[in-house]
This record gives sequence, structure tokens and C-alpha cells, in this order.
Amino acid sequence: APWACSPQTCLPGRLRWPQRRVQPPHWQASGSHAGVRADGYDLLVIGGGSGGLACAKEAAQLGKKVAVVDYVEPSPRGTRWGLGGTCVNVGCIPKKLMHQAALLGDMIRDAPHYGWEVPPLVPHDWKKMAEAVQNHVKSLNWGHRVQLQDRKVKYFNIKASFVNEHMVCGVTKDGKEVRARWPEGIEGALEYGITSDDIFWLKESPGKTPPLADVALECAGFLTGLGLDATVMVRSIPLRGFDQQMSSLVTEYMASHGTRFLRGCTPSRVGRLPDGQLQVIWEDLASGKKDVGTFDTVLWAIGRVPETRSLHLENAGVNTHPNSQKILVDAGEATSVPHIYAIGDVAEGRPELTPPAVMAGKLLARRLCGQSSDLMDYDNVPTTVFTPLEYGCVGLSEEEAVARHGEEHVEVYHAYYKPLEFTVAERDASQCYIKMVCLREPPQLVLGLHFLGPNAGEVTQGFALGIKCGASYAQVMRTLGIHPTCAEEVAKLRITKRSG
Amino acid sequence: MAQPPPPSSPPRAQTSPGPAKVGAVPNRRLGSVRGVPMSSPPGRRARLSSPGTGRSSSETREELRRRLLGLIEGNRVMIFSKSYCPHSTRVKELFSSLGVECHILELDQVDDGASVQEVLSEITNQRTVPNIFVNKVHVGGCEQTFQAHQSGVLEKLLQGDSAYDYDLIVIGGGSGGLACAQEAAVLGKKVMVLDFVVPSPQGTSWGLGGTCVNVGCIPKKLMHQAALLGQALIDSRKFGWEYNQQVKHNWETMTEAIQNHIGSLNWGYRLSLREKAVAYVNSYGEFVEHHKIKATNRKGQETCYTAAKFVIATGERPRYLGIQGDKEYCITSDDLFSLPYCPGKTLVVGASYVALECAGFLAGLGLDVTVMVRSILLRGFDQEMAEKVGSYMEQHGVKFLRKFVPIQQLEKGSPGKLRVVAESTEGPGAVEGVYNTVLLAIGRDSCTRKIGLEKIGVKINEKSGKIPVNDVEQTNVPYVYAIGDILEGKLELTPVAIQAGKLLARRLFGGRLEKCDYVNVPTTVFTPLEYGCCGLSEEKAIEVHTKENLEVYHTLFWPLEWTVAGRDNNTCYAKIICNKFDNERVVGFHILGPNAGEVTQGFAAAMKCGLTKQLLDDTIGIHPTCGEVWKEKTFLKLTSVDVV
Repeated sequence: APWACSPQTCLPGRLRWPQRRVQPPHWQASGSHAGVRADGYDLLVIGGGSGGLACAKEAAQLGKKVAVVDYVEPSPRGTRWGLGGTCVNVGCIPKKLMHQAALLGDMIRDAPHYGWEVPPLVPHDWKKMAEAVQNHVKSLNWGHRVQLQDRKVKYFNIKASFVNEHMVCGVTKDGKEVRARWPEGIEGALEYGITSDDIFWLKESPGKTPPLADVALECAGFLTGLGLDATVMVRSIPLRGFDQQMSSLVTEYMASHGTRFLRGCTPSRVGRLPDGQLQVIWEDLASGKKDVGTFDTVLWAIGRVPETRSLHLENAGVNTHPNSQKILVDAGEATSVPHIYAIGDVAEGRPELTPPAVMAGKLLARRLCGQSSDLMDYDNVPTTVFTPLEYGCVGLSEEEAVARHGEEHVEVYHAYYKPLEFTVAERDASQCYIKMVCLREPPQLVLGLHFLGPNAGEVTQGFALGIKCGASYAQVMRTLGIHPTCAEEVAKLRITKRSG
Repeated sequence: MAQPPPPSSPPRAQTSPGPAKVGAVPNRRLGSVRGVPMSSPPGRRARLSSPGTGRSSSETREELRRRLLGLIEGNRVMIFSKSYCPHSTRVKELFSSLGVECHILELDQVDDGASVQEVLSEITNQRTVPNIFVNKVHVGGCEQTFQAHQSGVLEKLLQGDSAYDYDLIVIGGGSGGLACAQEAAVLGKKVMVLDFVVPSPQGTSWGLGGTCVNVGCIPKKLMHQAALLGQALIDSRKFGWEYNQQVKHNWETMTEAIQNHIGSLNWGYRLSLREKAVAYVNSYGEFVEHHKIKATNRKGQETCYTAAKFVIATGERPRYLGIQGDKEYCITSDDLFSLPYCPGKTLVVGASYVALECAGFLAGLGLDVTVMVRSILLRGFDQEMAEKVGSYMEQHGVKFLRKFVPIQQLEKGSPGKLRVVAESTEGPGAVEGVYNTVLLAIGRDSCTRKIGLEKIGVKINEKSGKIPVNDVEQTNVPYVYAIGDILEGKLELTPVAIQAGKLLARRLFGGRLEKCDYVNVPTTVFTPLEYGCCGLSEEKAIEVHTKENLEVYHTLFWPLEWTVAGRDNNTCYAKIICNKFDNERVVGFHILGPNAGEVTQGFAAAMKCGLTKQLLDDTIGIHPTCGEVWKEKTFLKLTSVDVV
């Protein structure tokens, strides 16, 4: 990477126009890469993930001169990838595809009940799946580059760092995005572990794996579904921030389908055994007892960190949160420096999800181009956790609703149900559950919807729209169901938790 | 269909007539009955409806109706009369001679007598006075009252004993009928359900639960699922699952599993009726006279039952071609789901959703399937979507014979083979084919012609056999109601029938007023590529709103799961139709893709809440799903053939 050692290459970003155009004081382009010489852009986007690309494309569409700087620092295991950020490369896309692979495994097991004469034990070839998934991701990388080219957005595959508030330089360590967090103080963690940055790019099956958070459960879910022996080690509660009743149903389902859980445990050492296997020593936090186990792969999924330090934000005067290192932003996504904005996972207090980043990016570009003054609405962001039994939700969790409105003002309608497809397949549906959290006073405004079952993502999307339209319980009940679907169960919720 | 105020039978409780306003019983007041506080001071102070009689807004009509129901509910004998009417006088004298206290409203002595008369006629289908109610039961006019007196019925009614065996008899144990019966039973009524399945010409019959459970939604969705699993097996190899051998499908295994599930549902329904103390009689019901029905069981034994109210929920059965050999050799959807053998090479006649769904899953199970279409696919649905449904099926191995209709008798060839001859609807030219099975799906006929409706004067549409009802599902005979597929101009969908049945029971016996809302009902066609929709088709939208007022947004999309599986990237399609001059309100939603049913449901809820294009743009997607397709670039549709 020639750009890693050419400190002269500077990309001044004129981020607020038309006023305050600042010419770089010592502008000098690298001789061999004169083409990269940038004469000042209306907008410089650091990070080519979903949010960054959406913002860049929208601004370019509105006639601005835009550049995107994107560079992927290889993970400690050496995994690297192309344009598109986390979602495309090491997030939503490969995850959902591997989840689909695992679901197909379930379907293969269902098929004999429906008359298909499938051999009883169908093996899975990780390599073949990984290759297919990676090929798709690569085609998306390529697609993103073509789209940038089409819209005349300049793309620099270099690392970026702030020189001052109007100048970005392609030198030091990259770090505009949020990357998987590695544990500190655990011997052997870095040498022998992998993270979600790596798992989707593994050429070989990870074998017996303990993933140690929603990423953790999703990965453990599809690994189990692909026939691997997966163990999840959880320090405190799984799916923090989500509705805890739903979360425990999610883990219950996983546990009944072969994923092992080690609760209240924390690893203390990872070492390699002579036979190449990894030995993990962990401690039960309650009893203080140590335990040991051997695995093929250790996957760290203990959260994600923003790599803002290497951006040298201090050179530009951008403030970050002292603990999370995330960038502090206002409702208009502006940082403490008015012409520098931050969107997506790197901004403090924002949902770490692709669609809000994309929408925030687009809306930001429109505001910057004077096309509209609409601010991004971060309320009622729907999301889905693609665990083996999918969990879709929008709005408030029951805990949050009670905290905000008081228990006496909250009515929760809920139901267990059995998906029709599960009947013939003789699948256990004891965790298929729906819960609608409403205000108790008529017209009983819907505060949150939680759906656990097949295709939860597809089910939740429309209801998110309803909630956006200010749906009340009565309105949802007046909606007739589509028979026979799982989604119709939402329109049939009649029993309140209060009534028992 | 904007009929303002809906009639209903007397609600039991919760009517809030606002007693002070009601009363209005100027003279001849024989007494306020049973201590019900009809605290009306004498004189003409009270008005029955708000100010002007000229304008009767739907709200005041609604209020008026509620007050009238309150009067009917709250009085042992309620007489609506006119002070000068000789018939009214005769009736009053009759009750007087019986020593029975009556509550009387003289319509000529209140300001809004005309409105009262109108609303009464909606409730009872009787316009004339006197109009008499005894213990909440509508007796009729003068003549009927005297008849009832002579036959002893009036006596019974006055004694408070029901004059009838049951409060409600429901004819037909399908989704709607059962929902209505159970709800009425929960409300404390004595209810009977009559259900009898006349075997199909091929001899197929089934248990309690009606079409949906036995020969409709449930087995269909399960066979659809079986076909989807076949597709999943193909996909799974691309996702790394390894097996080499050609996977075969076993029809018997599937059918047995599905029939077992249905059996458990039948049993569940019987249990549920028993728990709610609904009398279930497995007999064929036929009206013999007013309030009286004859039930004939399998052995031909007849029993008669009477009831104050009836709900007809008999549903529909598949139509036959009316050509020689059709009943002998062809099967219908009534037979398919329990067919003991694999149907083999199949000809599906018809292009209804039943036809396409069946053809779809049969092809998905690996059979050679041909669909014979007379004119258009999926009549009533958005035609652009219908064509796309059809072309996906065609690409996936279903053959279509357009513009053909079978004409010649079907012959039995070598064993298990049928020869079909069909001729073009567009002039000369005939085709001939040999099939193992011919499945007719050319429409369904209402089961309304052989249940004695003519005996009690319930009107049906002679051509379609459907029953016209008002907006509270009441037929022209006031104590007879109808729900489900047999209604004229309503939707033939399970959830609609269930909702209509429940709400009807609550209105009849629970004092509730909510009517079934037939607007923006979502539905899904479970063809190989599922098609979900809610609201208007593009054609209908143009008819209702005119083309200039509409904006259509559409897009093709490629589900993430299809990428790795290597399936078509230009097939799944979504479209919304917005009313430009109503804030771009969404009036039609259409989606063609995997899990369309699951996706459509939430959008239907959003449409109930007044979904607009703006709100659609503002809502964040769930990544990566098909439901988030709207977050992709959607394109303004310029002409009806423009596809991006």
C-alpha cells in the first residue's frame, strides 16, 4: 500500500459551502500519484460503509464534488475486504446468507415430513458455502465501486487522518469505522481467537466454536445450524438492550436446538494444545470456580469499538465520548466542529444498524445541499436478530416502556403461537411468541412490537410502518389477517399480561 | 355502499340511550316496565334526535338507533305506534286485555317520528306501524301479533321463556360460522351449529371446520410449503449442503401428514364447541318454516329445531363444467388434498387463485402440470401482478394453454388416463391431450339453493346464488343473517368470515355496535412466487380515482437469499399506488416475492393507520429483508407497461 508511507497526500475537504473555503496551506501531491491530487472537495466522506456511501452518492447526485476515502485495516488474523463497510463484508450480508444456509439445513430436516425422500444425514461443506458467500460479497464490492464511478464520486483506497479541521491526510492508521472488539488481559486471545471480522472469510470450517453478544448469538446460531458444535460464553445477559423476555426465549430456543450456553462465565486464558486445538480456561463469576475446555475456534463477539483514535480527530477539534471513543453529534449529525459530521456506528448514541446509517447519510447529504431540512428520526427503528428463531422488534422493549410510562400505564398483549409449517414438520414451537406493548389509556397507542418466529424480519417491517403512522391497538385489531401466515397472529393478539 | 345507520338486534347491555332524552311517551303510557328507569317526564320535552329533523347526519342516526334499541331492550313490551292508527289501537287494546303493561312511542307525537320510522324499518325491515317487540323479540305488526296470540307464541314470549329451542342456530361449521357460534355462546346464549359435508362427486368428505381447514387454506399452504422445501433442497446445495442422489417426492407421505394435522384441527374444533357448550349437530339444515329448521343426519333421520335468530354460513363448493363426464372423471380442490395417490400428469382447468396455487405446488412437487385458461389469470386481482405470477410459473415448468376451454366429454383411456379435447375460444382449432388427472378450479358455487331459503323468503341473487345483506350482515328476513363466502359483493376469505361472525355475535348479543370493515383487507396468493396485496388493484384504482390522480411507484428486487442460490434477479416485484391529491396516501399495495404474506400483513396494518408515501420513505428498513424493498430506489411508473 504505497499510501501508507506518503504523508504528503492530502485531501482537503471543504465540508461546508459556499462559505469558509479554506485552501490547504501546504498542499503537495505525491508525484507518482498525481491523479489523486485533490483540489478540494465539497464533501469528503471518510469510510466507505453503508452510511458513507449513501451520503456520498446522494451529495454527488445533487451536483456536489465528492470523494470517499476507504481503507480496511486487516484484522489481527489478516482478514481484509473491499468497499462497502461492515454490513456488506463482515456484517448483515454474509451473516444473513450463512443464517440462510443454516435455515436450509432445518428445511432439509423438515423435507422428509413433507414427503421428500432426503438421505437422513446430509453433511455440510463450509468451504463451498464460504466461497459462494464471498463471491456474492465481492460482486457487491464491485457494484459499489461502479456506482461511485457512475456518480463521479472519487474513491481513494487509502487510510485517512485529520491534519486540521479542513484537511485530511492519507497516512496514519485508518479508523473511521467500528470494528470488532478484542478482549484485553486474556492471555492468548489475540493469537488464537477470531472475531466476526474473520468468520465470514474463513476458508475452512471453524469446527467446535465458542463465540463469546447479538453477533454472538447469530454466529452461534448458524454455526449450530450448519452442524457444528457451538458453545456461547456469556458474562452477564445475552442481547443487552433488547427486551429481556424475548432475549431469554431466543436463547431457550437455541439451547433446545443444540447450542450450549455457559452463563456468568468469563474466559481467562486461551492456549494452543499440541494437537492444534485451542484450550480455553474460564471462570464462573458466581462461584469463582475455574473450568477448562478445548475448541477448534474461539470467536470473540464481545462488542465493537470505534477506531476513532487513529483519525486524529483532535487535530480537527472533533470531540469524542471519553468512554466509548465514539464521536459526539447533535440532531443534525454535526460534530463539535460544525462542518464535520458523523453518521453510522461511529456516532455516539446511534443504533448500530445499516438502514439508519443509510438514511442518515442521505438526509445529511440533502440538508448539506440545501434540498431539505428533514432531520433523521431515530425513534422506532425496526430491527431483526437473525438467530435460528428470528427475533424482530420495533419501538420500546417492555422494560423501557414501563420505565418511561410506569407499569400502571402500560398494557402488554401477548400470545404464543404455532406456525402452520411447524405442525407437519413436527417442530417445537414453544418459543414462537409475540408481544405488543401499548399504552393502557385508549386508544392504546402501540409503543413496541416484538415478534419471535420464522421470517421475523419480513413480519416486522410493515408493522414498523404502522407504528410510524401512530398505530393504536384498536387499529391493529381492525386489520384483518392474512391466512395462514405467522404475521396474522399479530392482528389476533387479544390477551393481556395483566389478565394473566 | 354507504348506508348510514345499521340495524341490529337488541343489544343486551351497555346501551347508553341517555334516558333523559329518550322517554318521549306523551300519553297512553301504560307504565314504565320492570323498573327500567325510563325517566321521561310527561309531555313533549324530549326529542329523539338532535335538532333538525331535516339533516340526519350519520352520527345522530347512530345515536337514535341506539336509543331505539335501548327502548326495545329495556321494555317487556315495546310498541311503536301512531296515535290515530286503528291497527295500533287494536294492539294496545290486546295487551291491555291481557293485563300486560306496555311501553308506547307515538311516532306522530314526536318531532322526529319520521326518522324513527326510518331507523325502525332498517332494524326490522318493517316500515309500517304498529311495530311490536316482546321481550326483545320482534313480533311484527298488528296481524302478526294477533297470530302470535292465537298460536300461543305471544304467551310464551310474554312469559319470558324463549319461544324457541335456541337463541341462535348457525348453519355451517366453517371458519365464520364457528367464530359466530362460539362468540354467541361466550355471551351466554344457547347456540347450535349444524354442519354437514355433502360428499363430493368423487366421494370425498371431511370433518368440522369448513373449507379453510379441510380443503382450503390449511392443506394448500402445507402443500405449498412442501413445494417450497423442494426449491430449498435445490438451493441448499449452493449453500454447501451435500447430497448427490436425486431427491424424489412421496405424495402419500405428504398427504398423510397433512391429513393427520387436519384431523387434529377437526378434533380441536369439536372440543372447543363442547367447552363453550355449543350444541353441534352433524346434520344437514334446511328451513321448513319461519324460525324453524329441519336437520337431516347421515342416516336420513330428521329432527326440527327452532331459534330466535339464524346465521347462514354454508359457504361454497367447487363448480363443475357441466359437460359429460366431468363429475365422473374430474377432481376438484375438494378431492385433491386427500387424494390417496399422486395425481401424475395433471391438467388444471381454470385461472382462479385456487387453480394457480394448485398448479404451482403440483409443479413444485415435480409433476407435469398444464393450466387451461379461458381468458385472464386471477380475475379481480391486479392484472400486471397476475401476469407476473403466471410468467414465473411458466418459467418454472408450468405449461399454459391460453384461450382454450374444454368442450368434449372426457374419456377414460388406458387405466388412469384421461383424454381431454378443448377448443379455442378464438375461433376454430382444437387441442387434445392425455392426462392422469384433470383438476377443475373454475369457480365455486354458493350452497344456498337447497337449504329452504324460499320457505322463509330469504332473497338470494338468482344468478350467483349469493345472499345480499346490509352492512350488518342481515338478510331481507330480519332474524336471518349471513356471513362468509356466500355474501354478495364481499370477500371470500377466512379472516373476513371470522371477523364478521364474531362482530355479528357481539352486536346481536353483546350490545356492541362495531361493524365488520371490508375495506383494505389484505390477502396473499400462495403461488410458487407468493403474491401479497392490500387495497386496490391498479385497474380498480384508476376506475375509482382516475389515472391523473394516481402515482404508482414500483421496483424489481432480488432477495438476498436468491443471490447465492443463483435464482432470477429480475422477478420479484413490488408496487404501491398512491393518491396524489390525498397526501400521496397509499391506496394499493402489491408485492411479488418470497414470504409475501408475512410482508403484506404489517403493511395492511399501516394502511389502516393512513399510510402515505412520505411515511414509507421515512420508515427505516430492516436489513436485509424483502420487506425493506421500499428503501431501495423505487421508481415512478410512467405507463402501465413501463418496467424499470
